[in-house]
Amino acid sequence: MVSGRPPVPGRQLPPITALVVASMAMVIAGGIYLAAYLPKQAPLPIPIALVTAGAVLFVVAAVMLSRLGEFAWDRFFQVGGWALLAYVVIVGMLELVLVIDQTRGALLALLTVILLIFALDIPVLLGFSVARFQEPAGSPTV
Amino acid sequence: MADAIGEIPLAPPVPRVGGATPVLVTIVPMRALPLVAAALAFLVTAIVGNWFWALDFLHVAGGGLWTGVDLFVGLVIGPILGRMSIPARTEFATKFMPKMLVIMPTLVIITLASGLQLARLMGNLAVPYPSHWWLVASFIVVGLMAVIAIGFLEPANLAVLFELKKPSPNGQIIGRLMRRFIYTAGITGVLQVATLIIMTRIATW
Repeated sequence: MVSGRPPVPGRQLPPITALVVASMAMVIAGGIYLAAYLPKQAPLPIPIALVTAGAVLFVVAAVMLSRLGEFAWDRFFQVGGWALLAYVVIVGMLELVLVIDQTRGALLALLTVILLIFALDIPVLLGFSVARFQEPAGSPTV
Repeated sequence: MADAIGEIPLAPPVPRVGGATPVLVTIVPMRALPLVAAALAFLVTAIVGNWFWALDFLHVAGGGLWTGVDLFVGLVIGPILGRMSIPARTEFATKFMPKMLVIMPTLVIITLASGLQLARLMGNLAVPYPSHWWLVASFIVVGLMAVIAIGFLEPANLAVLFELKKPSPNGQIIGRLMRRFIYTAGITGVLQVATLIIMTRIATW
């Protein structure tokens, strides 16, 4: 090893993966709760609480990520960017299904937020999972 | 609390199967993307037009393939991979995982979107409880599979491919990520059995 810092596989990183997976689980649970009442509208407090928890977990993960400093950001944005593009298409299609199915009002808003958090969770998760094992740009190869 | 990866020692480079020439690793097979676009366009057309036959076809074909691939990978390929040497796993992964990266998300979105629309058209969503529990169970199983597949399986798949692109891939990292891939594929395979039971129950109401 050339530099004084630990090699990539030995680095200790904050629990970003766990937080993002938990965020994803929260919004999916909110979605399942809403879907369980179809075709009627579900009471919204529980799914709102779940989605809020999912959003908070995602923000915490994003803050931890932004404080990483030396990290393979180029790889993170490369993977995350393409994943974001793919999931914007997927989420767009699911939103289309909701609109075609006459979903309106608060329910549509909540489902849209669920899809948005979902579409942000996955690129961060994939980008981080790849970049954590990569050398930061410009650093010596181990 | 931190993601502990400190236990992974730096491993010697993975010996390349078939000689010293580095294997060219493709992350996303670009030639498959037009097929994906065509499949998604077909899905959107079927949904917008409430095209019953197409929705049924997409749900049955997509779901059958998704279930079949998951079961085969999780319960057949996975255990075989687990007993292979790391160089052999590496060689397999370079050819297998890029295809999975394109096939699985496409099958999942096609199956779920057409399934929800089909359930709406057929009135399955309006079925009262206790039968409605079968629908809720299917949502829960799909949710669990989504968390496992997107949260653990897919990141491991991608990370392996990027590790393999390095001039000297770390065998320990690849071994660990492949193990995660094998376990999670096995779990989703078992969950797919639950999906089969639920779906055949719903189809015979």
